This record gives sequence, C-alpha cells and structure tokens, in this order.
Amino acid sequence: MGDVTGFLKLARADPAKRPVAERLADWREFTRPMAETALEEQGARCMDCGVPFCQGDTGCPVQNVIPDWNDLVFRGRWREALDALHATNNFPEFTGRLCPAPCETACVLGIIDRPVSIRAIEQAIVDRGFAEGWIMPRPPARETGARIAVVGSGPAGLAAAQQLRRMGHAVTVFERDDRVGGLLRYGIPDFKMEKSVLDRRVDQMAAEGVVFRTGVAVGTDIAGRALRESFDAVILATGAPVARELAVPGRTLDGIYPAMTFLAAQNRVTADGAPTPISAHGKDVVIIGGGDTGSDCLGTSHRQGARSVAQFELLPEPPGARAPHTPWPLWPMQLRTSHAHEEGGRREWSVATTGFTGTDGRVTHLHGVRLAWNGRESAPVAGSEFTMPCDLVLLAMGFTGAESDACVALDVPLTPRSVASASPDGVTPVPGVFAAGDVRRGASLIVWAIREGRDAASSVSRYLASRG
Amino acid sequence: MSSFPDPMTPPDAQGMYDPRDEHDACGMGFVAHIKGQRSHGVISRALALLDNLAHRGAEGCDPCTGDGSGVLIQLPHYFMARAFGDRRVALGEPGTYGIGMVFLPQAESARTTAERLIERIATEEGLRTLGWRDVPVDETAPGETALRTLPFVRQIALAAADGPTLLHGRALERRLYIVRRRVEQAARAASLSGVYMPSCSTRTLIYKGMLKPEQLPRFYPDLVDPDLASALALVHSRFSTNTFPAWPLAHPYRMICHNGEINTLRGNLVWTRVREECAASGLFGDDLARLFPVVADGQSDSACFDNVLEFMVAGGVPLVQAVMMMIPEAWDNDKRMDPDRRAFYEYQSAAMEPWDGPAAIAFTDGVRIGATLDRNGLRPARYAVTHDDLVILSSEAGALPLRADDVRTKGRLAPGRMLLVDTAKGRIVDDEELKAEVVGRRPYAEWVATGRTTLADLPAPVTTPAPLDLAAEYRTFGYTAEERRVVLAPMGASGEEPIGSMGNDTPLAVLADRPPLLFRYFKQLFAQVTNPAIDPIREELVMSLAVTLGRRRNVLDDGGGPLPQIRLARPLLDDDELARIVALGDTGPHRVVRLPMHWSAAGGGPALAAALDELCTRAADAVRAGATLLVLSDRGSDDALAPIPSLLATGAVHHHLLRERIRSEASLLVETGEAREVAHVALLVGYGASAVNPYLALATVSVGADDPAAARAHYLKAVAKGLLKILSKMGISTVQSYCGAQIFESVGLARDVIARYFTGTAARLGGVGLDVIAAETLARRDAVTDGEYAYRALGEHHAWNPRTIAALQRAARDGDATTYDEFADAANADSAAHTLRGLLEFVPTTPVPLDEVESAAAIVRRFSTGAMSFGSLGKEAHETLAAAMNRIGGRSNTGEGGEDRARFGTERMSAIKQVASGRFGVTTEYLVNARELQIKIAQGAKPGEGGQLPGHKVDETIAATRFATPGVSLISPPPHHDIYSIEDLKQLIFDLKNVNPAAAISVKLVAEAGVGTVAAGVAKAHADRIVIAGESGGTGASPLSSIKYAGVPWEMGLAEAHQTLVLNGLRTRVRLETDGQLKTGRDVVIAALLGAEEFGFSTAPLIAVGCVMMRKCHLNTCPVGIATQDPVLRAKFTGTPEQIINYFFLVAEDARRIMAALGVRTFDELIGRTDLVHQRTDSSHPKANTLDLAPLLHRPAVDGPRYCVVGQEHGLHDATVLDHVLLERARPALEHGEAVRCSFPVGTANRALGAMLSGEIARRHGHDGLPDDTIRVELAGSVGQSFGAFAARGLTLTLRGEANDYVGKGLSGGRLIVKPPRGVRFIPEDTILIGNTALYGATAGEAYIHGVAGERFAVRNSGASAVVEGVGDHGCEYMTGGTVVVLGRTGRNFAAGMSGGIAVVYDDDNTFADRCNQALVSLERLDDGDDRTRITALVQMHADLTGSGRARQLLRRWTTALPRFVKVIPREYKQVLLRRSGQTEAARG
Repeated sequence: MGDVTGFLKLARADPAKRPVAERLADWREFTRPMAETALEEQGARCMDCGVPFCQGDTGCPVQNVIPDWNDLVFRGRWREALDALHATNNFPEFTGRLCPAPCETACVLGIIDRPVSIRAIEQAIVDRGFAEGWIMPRPPARETGARIAVVGSGPAGLAAAQQLRRMGHAVTVFERDDRVGGLLRYGIPDFKMEKSVLDRRVDQMAAEGVVFRTGVAVGTDIAGRALRESFDAVILATGAPVARELAVPGRTLDGIYPAMTFLAAQNRVTADGAPTPISAHGKDVVIIGGGDTGSDCLGTSHRQGARSVAQFELLPEPPGARAPHTPWPLWPMQLRTSHAHEEGGRREWSVATTGFTGTDGRVTHLHGVRLAWNGRESAPVAGSEFTMPCDLVLLAMGFTGAESDACVALDVPLTPRSVASASPDGVTPVPGVFAAGDVRRGASLIVWAIREGRDAASSVSRYLASRG
Repeated sequence: MSSFPDPMTPPDAQGMYDPRDEHDACGMGFVAHIKGQRSHGVISRALALLDNLAHRGAEGCDPCTGDGSGVLIQLPHYFMARAFGDRRVALGEPGTYGIGMVFLPQAESARTTAERLIERIATEEGLRTLGWRDVPVDETAPGETALRTLPFVRQIALAAADGPTLLHGRALERRLYIVRRRVEQAARAASLSGVYMPSCSTRTLIYKGMLKPEQLPRFYPDLVDPDLASALALVHSRFSTNTFPAWPLAHPYRMICHNGEINTLRGNLVWTRVREECAASGLFGDDLARLFPVVADGQSDSACFDNVLEFMVAGGVPLVQAVMMMIPEAWDNDKRMDPDRRAFYEYQSAAMEPWDGPAAIAFTDGVRIGATLDRNGLRPARYAVTHDDLVILSSEAGALPLRADDVRTKGRLAPGRMLLVDTAKGRIVDDEELKAEVVGRRPYAEWVATGRTTLADLPAPVTTPAPLDLAAEYRTFGYTAEERRVVLAPMGASGEEPIGSMGNDTPLAVLADRPPLLFRYFKQLFAQVTNPAIDPIREELVMSLAVTLGRRRNVLDDGGGPLPQIRLARPLLDDDELARIVALGDTGPHRVVRLPMHWSAAGGGPALAAALDELCTRAADAVRAGATLLVLSDRGSDDALAPIPSLLATGAVHHHLLRERIRSEASLLVETGEAREVAHVALLVGYGASAVNPYLALATVSVGADDPAAARAHYLKAVAKGLLKILSKMGISTVQSYCGAQIFESVGLARDVIARYFTGTAARLGGVGLDVIAAETLARRDAVTDGEYAYRALGEHHAWNPRTIAALQRAARDGDATTYDEFADAANADSAAHTLRGLLEFVPTTPVPLDEVESAAAIVRRFSTGAMSFGSLGKEAHETLAAAMNRIGGRSNTGEGGEDRARFGTERMSAIKQVASGRFGVTTEYLVNARELQIKIAQGAKPGEGGQLPGHKVDETIAATRFATPGVSLISPPPHHDIYSIEDLKQLIFDLKNVNPAAAISVKLVAEAGVGTVAAGVAKAHADRIVIAGESGGTGASPLSSIKYAGVPWEMGLAEAHQTLVLNGLRTRVRLETDGQLKTGRDVVIAALLGAEEFGFSTAPLIAVGCVMMRKCHLNTCPVGIATQDPVLRAKFTGTPEQIINYFFLVAEDARRIMAALGVRTFDELIGRTDLVHQRTDSSHPKANTLDLAPLLHRPAVDGPRYCVVGQEHGLHDATVLDHVLLERARPALEHGEAVRCSFPVGTANRALGAMLSGEIARRHGHDGLPDDTIRVELAGSVGQSFGAFAARGLTLTLRGEANDYVGKGLSGGRLIVKPPRGVRFIPEDTILIGNTALYGATAGEAYIHGVAGERFAVRNSGASAVVEGVGDHGCEYMTGGTVVVLGRTGRNFAAGMSGGIAVVYDDDNTFADRCNQALVSLERLDDGDDRTRITALVQMHADLTGSGRARQLLRRWTTALPRFVKVIPREYKQVLLRRSGQTEAARG
C-alpha cells in the first residue's frame, strides 16, 4: 500500500497558518488549505502498519480507517477516500479542524519521526468532498416508522441523529438554544471552525429528513414523560457543560466569567453582528486554566483587541517532549503550544489564584501564589505571593459534569461523577432511553462525542429490533 | 506398556493419535540370478545385504525390536516338497499348487477358527487344502515388544480341487489371489484379529516379521536351510515413523518392496474406489465384485500400492505396464520424450493418476524382478552386475561386498527409470527396451489424437455472460475491500501471490470474530521428514497441472480404443473457456449439465441442508442420464437465493457420487464467485473439482486494469503458481494426483458435517454445523470491515493489537510486575475467546506456598528465542537477543543464515545453530560453536516452502556470514536435499552429532494432523529435542495463503506429539519444545500441561525490544530498525538485552504463581498433567462450545514418566565410528601441526567418516583449519553415507572403492579423493562411483571424483572446487559459489536455481545445452583468462590425484579439448563479478 519508503524520503508538512497579524484582524479560520499534491505526498508517509496504532485504543476514537484513506489520497483517489472516511466518521470536517488528534500521537511513525499529518488529510478529504459536491443528502431508502427523539444537538446528538435517520427512523432533534450545534455552535470560535462548516452539515441532515426543533428544553418546555410517550426511543445528548468553579474570595466580582459565557457571546457576535456584553477590547485579561478552552479564550481576546493577556495554569510546565511516564502510543504529557499562543500573551505555570479584589464591584486585581510541585503534591512557595492588575478574568478550568434537568426529566440517574448513568454503548437503566457524548462520558473530545452518538444509535437500533 | 487388542495392527485412534498417519521408509534391495539359476546362495547373499542395511531401519522403545524386515523368494519347490513331505503331504508339480504363508492367532481356538475359515474359502473357490505346516520359529530371536504380538506362523498348501490339469499356472495364481483377498475380508467381517497372509502364491513366498535384519534368519530357521533355493530374493528393512510396528507391516508385500512414501495416497485411495465402478476383466469373471474393496482400510501406503498393483496384474495388466501406470515418468513437460511413450502415459492417465512421492520400488512376480524410481528420483537405488550373472540392487552401494574384478557393470537408477531382470529370458532388460515394448502394444498415439479435445479445439462461445453488478456480487459473496486490495490486486497486477510477514495472529475460523468463509475451516497438510517437498520453480520439469475431463476408463483393459477426453493445461477456466465447454451441450460425446448451487437464505441451516440434498440428487440423476461434465454454478445468487458455499457443494456432490458409485462417469467443474484465493481453488480441487472458474475474482482484477485481459491472465497465472506450491509442499507433482486427495485437515467443523460432505478428512476437535455455516455465509454480506491481514479496530481480532503491544513494551522497559499484569491480563483475556489454550481453564487444586516453587531463574532456562536469521533481523537486534538469552541461560537461535565468526565464544553467540535447507554459513566451525544444533524441517509461516533472499539484500556482511557473493540472490530449497525420508534424517542427526558430540540435536516440525507419528520417527532417528511449532509463527516473507491456510495451532500438534510419544514409550528419550504466539505465564503452563518441557518465543521478545508488528519485514523498511539491514533504519533500534530479560523473568514469575496455585513445585511435574485443566464452558465466544477439546487432554494409559528422563543413545561410541581411531592418530597434527598419515579398510557401516575429526580440527583451529594435507587418510572399500561430511581444512581423505549418498556434505576446507578399486573391469569414467547429493552446502575444500556421481551433485555448493567424470540430474542446483568441472555427461536440469559460482562441462557431443536449465545461467566458452588457468589446474590435479584416464587424455590434447568445454555462469553472478572487477580497475587506475 502506498509508497513503502515514503516515510524515509518525505518530511512531515502541516497546513500553513495565516500570518498572525492577518488572522488577528478577522474571525476566519487561521489555517490555509494545503495543496492537493502536498497532501498526496503526506499520504505517502503513512507506513500502512500491520498494527496501525492510529486506530488503536490510544488512537482514533471513531476508529477511522486511517491507513486506508491515507493510501487512497496518496493515489489521488479522493472520492473513495471520502467514502472510507465517512464509513466511520459522520463529521470529519469537525474533527479535521478541532480534534487534538490522538491518532497522530499514537502514529507509529511518531516513534522515530514526526507522525503522519493525519488530521490535515482528514480535513482535506472532507472539504474536497463538499467542494466537489460529492457530499449529498443520503435519505434512507425506506422508512421504518420508528420515531426517535435526540435531546441535544452537539456532535453526539448530531451523529446519533444522522445514523438513525439513515437507518430509516423518523428523528427529531431537540435543542434548547436558538440554533443547532451545541458546543460546536457556541463553544468553538470561528477562527477554529467557521460556522458555515457546521451549517452545511446540518443542512445535509435536514435534507435527509432529520427534524430540528430549537428553543425547546426538555424538562422545561416538554416533559420527559411526554417525550418518551411520543417517541419509541430517546437519546440524551445534552453534554457536560457545568464548569469547574474557582472558590476564592472575590469570585463574584464583575468581570469574572466562565470561559463558555465569554466564548458563546463572541460566537453570537460573529453570527449576528450584535455587540458583545463582555469584550476584551482594551483590557488586561487573565485566563485561568491552561487547556484548550483557555487557548480559545486567548485567541478570542486577542481578536477582540485585548491590551494584554496572561494565562495561568495550576500545574507545572510540562516537558517539551513526551514525558517518560506517557510513552508512545499514549497521549503524551508534554507542552503544547497552540496557534493562539503564537498570537501573543504570556503563559505561567504552577500558579494558584488565591483571590480577586476590585472596585465598584468590578475586578481590578488578581492575587496569586506560585506553587512548588512534588509529584502529585503541591505547596505554595513561601514569599511568592503576587498581585496583578486585570479587568477581565476568564475561568477555563474545565467542566465537572452534566446538568441535571434533562436527566431528571427522563428519570436517568446521575453517577457520582455527575454524568448520566449508562453503559459504554449508551444504554441507560430506563428502557428506551439512551445517553451519548459528554452527558455520559463527562467533558471530552468531539471525536468521542461522535463515537458515542454512533454507538448509541446502534444500541437504539438493537433495542428497536428486540422490541420487534 | 499397554497391550493392544490386535497384534496385527497399531493401537486404535485415541486422543490426537490416529493410526492412519503412520509412515515408513527404509532400506531395500534384491539379489537375482539373471539366468534364473536357483540357489541358496542368492538367499543368503540377500540376507547379508539386508544385514548391512540395518542402519537404515529403526528400533522402537525396545532396542531389541525392529520395525520390521523380510525377504521374498521364489517358491522353493524342493524345500517345500521336502518339508510338506515330512508331514506326508504331497504337493505335486511346481505351478500346480500354491503355498500360503499365514500369521495366525496364538490362542488355539481362534487359530482353529481361522484355519477353518481359510480352508472353507479355498473350497468355495474350487481349491483343496493339501495340508498345513507349522513354520519353525525361534522365539528367542525377536525383541520383547515383538514377542508380545508374536503370531503363530503356518504354511498352507493349496491345489485345484478337481485336478491340476484344469487349474494351474496363472489361473491358479489368480485363484490364490482371490482366496487371500476373501480371507482378509472375511477375517475383518468376523472380527477375527491376528489373521494375515504375507503371501499366497504358486510363485513366491515371503518370510517377514517385526524383526531386525539380523533376527530374521534366526527367527525363521527355514531361511538358513541350504535346501531353500531361489533365483531371486527381495529384502527390506523398515523404518516407520511410529513405534507401533506390527508384524504384517514388514515388507516385502506380495509384489513389492518400497522405500519412500506415497504422498498422494489419500487421492489414490479415492480414485481406486472409483476405478472399481468401471473395472472389468474377463479373467475374473463374476468374481470381480468379491474383491472389492481392492484396498482395505487401515493399511500402509506400501501395502495399498501393492494391493492395487496386484489387482491390476491379476486382472491381466502386464506387470511392467502396471508399474508404469502407477509411477509414470515426468512426461508432461518432456518434449523430447518419444511421442508414443508420451501418448501411452497420456492415454493411461485417464485410468490412473500417479502414485506420487519419493519412491524406490522393487517389484517381482516371481519370475521377473525389477525396480523403478519415481519422477523425482529422491531415493537411492544402486546396482551391480557380476560376471557370474548376479544382479545386486540396493539402497546403498557396497551393501553386499563384491570383489572388484567380479563386477561387470555398476549403475544407479535415475529418476523415472526402470530396470528389469527377466529370469525366464535370462537377461537384463533396460528402461528403453522395456518401455518401448509396453507402449508398442497399442496404437496409443492414434487413440489419443482421436479422443483428445483441447480448449482451443472448441468453438468460441456465441454469447458472453451479462456483466456483473460488482457491488451486489461483493455483498453476496462477502468480498471485503481488503481482500480486493491485499489479495487480488497484486495477483492481477503482477501474476504473483501476495506476500506477508510475521505470521498469523488472527484466530482459527471457529474462534474468529468475523464470519469466515467456509474455506477457512480447512488447513493444508504438508510434507515433513517422511517425504520431501518439491521445488515447483526450479524443478518444474516434474510438475504438471494438466487435468483430463470426461469419463474414466476401465483400468484392467486398455484395448477400448480412443476415449473422448477434454484436456486442460491447468484446473482453471476463464469465462470464455468455461463458455466453450458449456456450449458443448448435452449431446455428443461430452454431455454438460449445469447445476445451480443456491439455497433459500430465509430458510437458514435446514434450507441449506435440503438444498445440498437436492443438488446431490440432481447431480446423480444427471450422471445416470449420461452427463459427463457437471458444472456446479453459483452465478445468479442474490440476497434471497444465497450461494451454497462452493466447497460444501463440491464436497457434497463428489462424495455423493462416490457413495452412489457413479463418480467415474463424470467430472466436476465449479463456476463460483466465492473462490478468490489460491487456497480456495486448491480446496475445491482437493475435494474433487477438476477445474474452477473463479468468475468474480476474474471480474474484480479486471476493474480499473489498463489491460483487463492481461490482468485476468495474471490472476490465473498467480493461482496456478500458487497451486503448484501447495501441491509441491506435500511433495505431490501432478494436480491429477491432488484432485480429490483431500490433503487437508479441518479445524472447527462438526464431525457430522465432515462425515457427510468431506468424508475422511481429519477433524479432531469437532465444531460448527450447517446452521452456523449458513448463518456465516449470510453474515458475510455485511462484513465490509477487513482486518484479516493488518489489524483494524473494527476488523478481525488480532492477538497482537495496540493494547497488548503497548503494554508488553512498557512491562519490558520497566520490568514491573504491575505493568506486566496489565499485559498478561489483556493477552489472556484475548486468548480466552480466540485460542484453543484460552478455552482451557485450570482445575481448582490445593495450592502450595509460592516460595516452595522452582525459581524463575530455573524456569527461564527452558526458554529460547525463535529462529530468526541474521538477514531477516538486523545485526543489533540479532545480537541483543543472543546476549539476553546467554545471560539468563536460555538459548537464542541463529536462524538460517550463519553467524558472524566474531561472535563465536562471546556473549553474542547464539546457543542454537540452525541447519536449514539452504545450509547458508553452515561450516564445521559454526557447528562446533553451539549448544544445540537445530534441523529446521519446517517453519510455521510457510511449512514445506523454500525461500529466496534477493540479491539486493545480500550486502557485504550478510554475504560473508552466508559464504555468498554480495549482490547474488540466495535460494533456500523447499526440502533439505539430504532429508528425503526418516532414515535420511537419522543420518543427518548422526552427522551433526559426530561433528559436535556435545551439542543436543533438535528437529523443528510444524503442527499438522499426523505430526505425532512424525515426531515418533524423529525420536527414533535419535533427535534429542523436538520442536513443535504452531502455525501462527514466522517472521519474514511468506505467501499469504501459506500464512493463513497451512498448519494448525501448537496446542494440537504438541498434544498429538506428546500423546504419541507417550503411547509408544519414546517420550522419555526426547525433550519437547513448542512455540507459536506464546505470550504469558499462562501460555507456558498450558503448554507444559499439554506436554512441553521447553518454550520458544519469537514475536514477544521482538516486541519487547521495540517491534510494533509493522509486518513489513519482507520490505526491509522496518521503522524500528529490527527487521532491516538498512543502516539508517538500524540506527533507530533502541532495544536492550535487559528488556528481554525483564520480559522473560516476568513470564517465569507469572508461571510460578500459577504453579503454586496448581500445587506443583517443580516444572517437570507439570509436564503432561492434562488433568489439571478442563475445557471451560463459559467462553464468551459463541462458537467455542461447539469444540470438543477432550482429544487434546487425553492421557494414554501408560505408566512411567511423561517427560525426558533417559535421553538418546546416539551410537557415537560404536566401533563403526572410525573417527575415534582417526582422532587418536591425528593427535600430533591437532596438537602440533605435524603431518600424519594412516590407512584403513572401510564398509558401508562406516558413516560420516571424518566428521568427528573435522569437528575437532574446527574446535581447535577454526574455519581456517590446518595446512592442506596435514592429515592424510587412505581408505579402501565401499564406504557408508556422508563420507567426508564437514571435512575441515588440513584433512585429506582418499577413498579407493565407492561411496554412497552425501559425500562431502558441508565440506569446510577438506580434500576428498574418490577413485574405483584397483583391478576393475568396467570403465570408471562412465560408471557410478558416488551417490546422490554430494557436496551439499559445501563452503570450501576440494573433491576429485574418478567416476560418475548421482543426482544433485554440488547442490547449494558455495565454495568448494570439484572435478567429476559425470553427474546425474539437477547437478549444481542452487549453487552460489565455488567451481565444478564435469568431464563427461550431465543429467537433466543442470544448474537449476544456480545463482553463483561457475560450472564447466565437457560437452563432447554438443548436447549439454538441452540438459541445462538456463533460467538463471548463460552458457559460454571458457575465456583465456583466469578461468582457463583455474580449470586447467583443477583438471591437472584431478589427473594426478585420481589417475583419471579421461583427464589425462584431455590434457594430452588440451588445446583442442578446451573449446569443447562449456562454461555455465549465472547471469546475476557475472554482473556482480564485472562490477567488482570494474571497481578494482577503477581503484587501481
């Protein structure tokens, strides 16, 4: 398959990024598409492993058949590559842009060289599919007559809905927000994925016959019992949006927001042009939390015109390369520098926030201390206390679990980890009710949400079959 | 020891043992007086000859009991008249009475019953019992085991009831044959055990038994009676693989002795039954049906052959013709053969398929005695004719010592040739004359021309089939994208079979996660030890894929004129070809009927069963209505009308027609979308299809091809090549013999499915029934996911997957028990649903404290790493394995490919030195630097196949360790050319043991049905250790069909070997080792419980040092630097010995914990304790419960230890080992380099002469040895096999006499001179002097042979120089270096596979080019340069050392002689030489 010595002859290439100045001036995606020939060359680096770890349990959660489509791209057989890609992944355009790509950190080539540019290839395959008009609605050949409700329109809900609709079931997606997409719509900044990418997929689904009902919150606007009575099965896919809190003095001051509030606000601006109530423009911004959400806040702040941005992380700075305790093919503990970090701001590690102070109810200062880490234990470093001025604080410290409303409405118990109780393939203790995505798994990757949506759809299918 | 109920037969099938797997081989010979003068001297000479062949036979667990020996003589009238006269029985004139030699039960009542039975049948056949005679026997002669089953031996005299005038001579002989056959059947029907008639004839008499050669005349005093006279005597000494030698199994049989093995037996037996359907002979009258079955169940291959030959001869087929029909020469590809003879063979092929396999057969009807070799000529047969008219033929030259001046001529049988002594005519009839007489009896050429149709003769079809909707067909037949890409695409593109690496780690079909094709439930059988595989590429001349379609002919009468036959070049049809046949319709001589293979999917298993019944009925009806060709077709299948699995349909129809006894009327063709892999076609043919049209595979390779027709042709070519390989790995030469031969075992099909549709196939563990087969056929429609060849997350299960690999690497790096447990838990959990061992669970027992259990340090000594060559692995990886194993006292294995001398004596030296078929780097020095020498008979990934290392991979280092030329390809032959049989293996073991007496000798086998009996044979050949490898193993390149379809898991092979060895008392002599995907302590313990002392690991330690199962070993692109020679990639290797040591200790500790839980303190106590496990009932695998693992866990009811406690007696201290004396004499040379000289007389019992001394030279002085001629040994006589084997530099052996096979095997610098005795009266230059396979694997040294050598002279020579007067077939085969000068004629196929070195042949009559295989070599004149100088020097040396007349003559007129020399030089080698000399020039310039 492919070029057997491609990996020896060719270096890894990634999509080029637009110049920082240029990309900070708009909200468009920060990368430039790679040339087709360059991508075909990158496909040739794939070694067609006997055991492709990109597919393994530490690799791609949707089990993308990566070596197969790498080879097809190498051979210029893009349309077949698209089919192979869609066979396991409903939304490669999302994962191609947004996934941290555990496939690449598990890539065997990564042992001796930089891994194959799997994500770039994935994105290119699907973007080309849309550009060429290969991606058409695929309505089912026949209707089964079964009715399925999907609660929540994030990646898990969408994936479940599309799978079930294509099996011929009547599928209605309930979304409490005004638009479909969940986190994809309001959590992800446009510079990572423009919303047209989401819209075109939602349009395809609508054309396939999925019914979307927005502005309907289950448990509030429609009772769980009513839902279960009017549908043969219900899939709960409401995510895990409860943000981790920072319980320190001064937390209630104005100017301190959960990251999602900040990011959603900007997404509404980008979509509708309405002014944002929380702009970083001209402000000194502190982002607490060093993960992906923090990075999104960073990029957004810069685009809004922040005067300065600092990002604090509780944990120590990870090593520049893979940490020894996370050897290949595990997801590596290592320093990650995102495109947003290239755009400015400063990052600090081993910093704990001890409180905020402000005037007139608005935050003006952050108080912190540096930590010394010893293994998993940390202790404040004596004399390292500091205070810094700030007027916008964004809390991006992760998420603690699902909201209870919809779960309660559907009688699905929550586990001690605050997620819906269900088996890995989405079966809850309530007959006919299934759960998929972050609501079951806890906050995780989009790619996992898609996988869970697909698995839950299979479970629903089995459930329907078992009822005869 | 248990005693067996029937002294005449081996024990019943039990556990994994099945008596039908027994094999034998041996030594044989005859003495005959050409003029038919009867004398006792002929018999006594034959017995002396037999005695000298004793070393070719075997003894069992009881050293006093042989496997059997016997003698056939002419019915000695004078002696018989006297002996019966003593009992007042008058016999009458010779030819009017017959004598039956009878083995009877000892118990008097049973004996009387048997005698009455014989008399009654004789009466019914119009005979009268003249009387009985107790044959005197000496019960002190046989061994203990033989005595336990001692028969009561009597002779019965029979004559015509109504007077000798009416029934005598041939007619009486035929009647006696019928009596004997009816006695056999009646005894069987009456369950009368212990009745057997060795002979019953007016002409011949046989004395035989479970005796060693020297015991035979002691047991039967008749044999030493001077009155016992005969003009001919045929003798045989038997070596069976098994130690259930029974009295009747000794040779001779009634007409033959056989040395070898009938590989095609299963097919021959099927077609023998078919032949009964249409057999008719006026000579038998109405008696014919009473003789059926011609071959009764449960006999040895030789006995079956004898039965059929006897039937044909009794039925009127002339003896020589019958032998020619059963063992035809390789005529198909021999365009130079006389056209009449070719026509004869072609005509007879419609009645008889070849009985194929390595065979030297001696046959006699009491008047004529002859011998023939099969087309491959792999058994030796040498003969001498004396001035006093005796012919002595034997497996060894010199077995009957003769005075030099007594000998008129000497010769050897060449492949496919026959020799006959006609005592009635009083002369020897040679091959040409014999055969010319037979083929001249009828106008065969005319008949063949009239009757035969070829595809080209048929009109092109008018209509073409509608194009296929591929997507729908793929769904119907469950094609996956992976199959199309990995399997079919390469076949269509290049005509080659696809190649893979690293063996098979997917489950057996019955434990697969995905629905497998029915084909997957079958595994190919292959030759190991008892018979050699063939090289279908380099020895293509013996192979044939041709098949004949149409009705079969009466085997007893070939007077019927032309027979309508369609002849196909191969059992494959493209769409057009099939259409031509179908267009013949159902009128005319060929009547074609097409039968759909469909069933109603909705009905599941019951509907499938019903559809099969209907198909069978329709097939039988069609045949009864006159059809001669049935086309089973699954065209037009869809979702509702599913295709019946084509193999199921084929097997069902084939066996139904057999049972209905109308199989001979029609041929089966299979038109199927299902078959796509080579193995699928092989299975269809193996279960009775004459040809297959794989239409969907053909359509698939056409898609997207630039030239679709070429792609289809490529695909069919690849299938044909693959078929040849599959045939040849069983040692079968023609597809005609393979058809219906069922050379498969099934794993995972229910016994009733096998009994009904695949009758007779081994299926030892049961499995799934028709319901599951039906369900899986349908389920494959949705099986779009792949993952059979490479892991896929949603595909088939692989034992090595991202989880297990990553966990093992972490554990090996950290040496941490917790991480290891993660690995072991994952691996064991995988195993629980996917392997046989996983289906076993431990029986709860009282545990013992862990600290009382044998230490891990002791257990790891039982571990070894697999045979992975330097060449397949990079230097770093190879040395890392060696260092790790040496540090823990385990053993690493060089693999096939030598070892860098710099590693000898260091930590990096491999303890196990492998000796494989290529003998690369196998020098004497290599052999002495070893703790173990392993003879690799087969390897798990591709048993029975050779290999090739392409020239571009042979770099300087590899070339140096393999004694090859950089850039020149290296070919490993499929067989060891010094192991064509079990007695050959015994010889090689003896050779190696001589070279390195301290080393254990191990023999590596691969698990398959019957490996137990092979292992028993290997134990009897004195191996110290037997390795039973599972099918799953194997690094390096192998055809995918071999990886997936050959061999079975080690659990089956190990259990079979262990049980068989226990059953026959040999288990205590050998250690058993097993390998194949062993991973955890649990695996080790289960293997021990099933019978293993020791354990091999290959993949796991490689993973420990970084292997990630890329499966790219064959591409040299291993990214982690393990399986590659690329220095850039090798630099990426990061493995350390510590990682391997960590892993092995973790496994050992794991095993200890299990031992503690099982209450077992020492490892030896574990071995064979199958009572500690049972089959689990809770496997998560839905099909697991259909398996019955009880046969794996069977414990033969035998007392005593079940592991190695005794060891082997190698006979190294026997007086025949002359090297002890040589060592003594050579001491001054060894110690001080002083020249020594000595001389001795020798005989055939002096085998491997010089090997032990050479080992000592190499041990002290390395490969460089001593200066030439330091030790000079002069010998006189006929020396035994392996003369001068591994002779080291400094040793010169000069033999005046003659030599047998394997002269100069592995020659490592020594000098060998062989010349005929003084005073001979034949022309030495034209006379055979040394046997077959001389200089095999020689790396250095010289040989001067003043006479002709047998087949395969200088095979795989890589450095020796030799001069010889003439050679047999296949000279210089696979040669990679060195120089060979042939001063006379060569046989056929010279230089096949020769990739290096040069050969120079004196071609006086300009005919050499025809006999040379020029695939790799070109023929040139000797140039004026270095070559001419070298050749001149060699010929001069030859003349000086041997006194060769021809050499002297040539030298006298050297300038005129030189142009007649043809230089044979491999093209690739020449290029390399030119490049090098160019470089040298450049460097100089």
